[in-house]
Amino acid sequence: MSAAGGLQQLNRRDAVRELLRDRGDSLVVTGLGSSTYDAFAAGDHDGNMYLWGAMGGAALVGLGLALAQPRRPVIVITGDGEQLMGLGGLATISVKRPGNFSLIVLDNGRYGETGGQLSHTGLGVDLHRAAAALGFASAVELRQISELAGYRTELSKLTGGPRYATVRIACDSPPRALPARDGVYLKNRFRAGLGFHVDMTTE
Amino acid sequence: MTSESVWPREIYRVLKQARIRQASYVPDAGHGQLIDLLHADPEIQTTVLTTEEEGVALGAGAWLGGQRAVLLLQSSGVGNCINMLSLVSACRFPLLMLVTMRGEWAEFNPWQIAMGRATPGALELMGVTTVRVDAPQEVSEAVSAAAAMVFDGDQAMAVLLSQRLIGRKQWEAR
Repeated sequence: MSAAGGLQQLNRRDAVRELLRDRGDSLVVTGLGSSTYDAFAAGDHDGNMYLWGAMGGAALVGLGLALAQPRRPVIVITGDGEQLMGLGGLATISVKRPGNFSLIVLDNGRYGETGGQLSHTGLGVDLHRAAAALGFASAVELRQISELAGYRTELSKLTGGPRYATVRIACDSPPRALPARDGVYLKNRFRAGLGFHVDMTTE
Repeated sequence: MTSESVWPREIYRVLKQARIRQASYVPDAGHGQLIDLLHADPEIQTTVLTTEEEGVALGAGAWLGGQRAVLLLQSSGVGNCINMLSLVSACRFPLLMLVTMRGEWAEFNPWQIAMGRATPGALELMGVTTVRVDAPQEVSEAVSAAAAMVFDGDQAMAVLLSQRLIGRKQWEAR
C-alpha cells in the first residue's frame, strides 16, 4: 500500500525501502523494534547494525559511528518511542555537529511492539520541532513517498548534518521480518564490511 | 578539586598509548583536568553527554567504526547506564569506564551514598569487571591494564577511582 493520495498515510516498509534505495556506501543503525524489521525487509546489508535492545541508544550508536567514519554517510532509523527514551541525546548530537549524520524517526505516534499504546508524539509532542530547537542543522517532517525520494540526496551527504527527519507513517504492523539477533555476529559482520578483521582491534 | 593532581595527566598519557580516539563524559569535578586535556587534543573526539548511558551507546558506535572510546563518569551516573549495558553484553562490545567515586569518603551529601555504595555491585551484575584504585601511584597501571583487557580481550571494565584518591569535595566559597 503506497501513499499515492495526498492524505494516504505512508506504509512503513515502503517508506524505509524508499529511503534506503541506492544507499551507496551509507552505514545504517536501526532502533529496537519495527525499525529494525523495516530496514531488514528493505534488504539485508553488511553495513546495517540492527539493535534489538538498548532502547534510546540508536542515535548515539550512530553518533559514535559517524565520528569514527566521517567519509561514510551514517543513517539512524528508529521509531518515536525509541527516540523519546533518548531525547537528551538529540542535544548531544547537536553540539557535536557530525556533518555525515542523519536521524530518521518513523513516527506513528504509538508503541507498536507493546500493543499500540499512544506515545508522546501521538499525544501532541512534535519531535522535528524539538530537533530544530535543539540545534540540528536541519529538521523536517516528511509525509509523501515523493518527499522521501527527494530526501535521499540529503542522506548521502557527508556535510550539512546533523539532519533530522520525522517520517509520518501509518499505524499498521506489517508481517515481522526478522534479521539476525546475535549481536556479536552483527558487530563483527559490520566491522568486517569496513575492513576491520575480527581480531584486529582498531583502525 | 582546587589543585592540580598528577594522576589525571597520567590517565591521559595511558589513554593516548592505548590509541583512544573518542571520549565522552558528563561534567565532573573529579575528571575535570582529564576532560580539559581530552578537549585540547585534536586527535581525540570528545563529546559531552546529557546522561551517561549515551556514552555507552556512543562507544559501541565508535567501535563499529573502528575506533576505541573511553567513558568518564561519576558513580552516580553508573545507575543511569544499567539497561544500556545490555548492548555491550549482547554484542560483546569493548567498554572502558573511568568512574570517580562519590559517597564513600568524607562525603557530606547523603544523597550520593546509595549509588556510591551500589556502584561495584551494579556494574558486576551487568557484566562489567571493576578494578578499584585508592592510591595515586596505582592509577596509570590500573587504567593501562584495564585498557588492554577491554580492547584486546573484548571486555567491559570500569576503573573505580576512589573518593579518597580524588580528595574531599571543597564546599567553601572559592
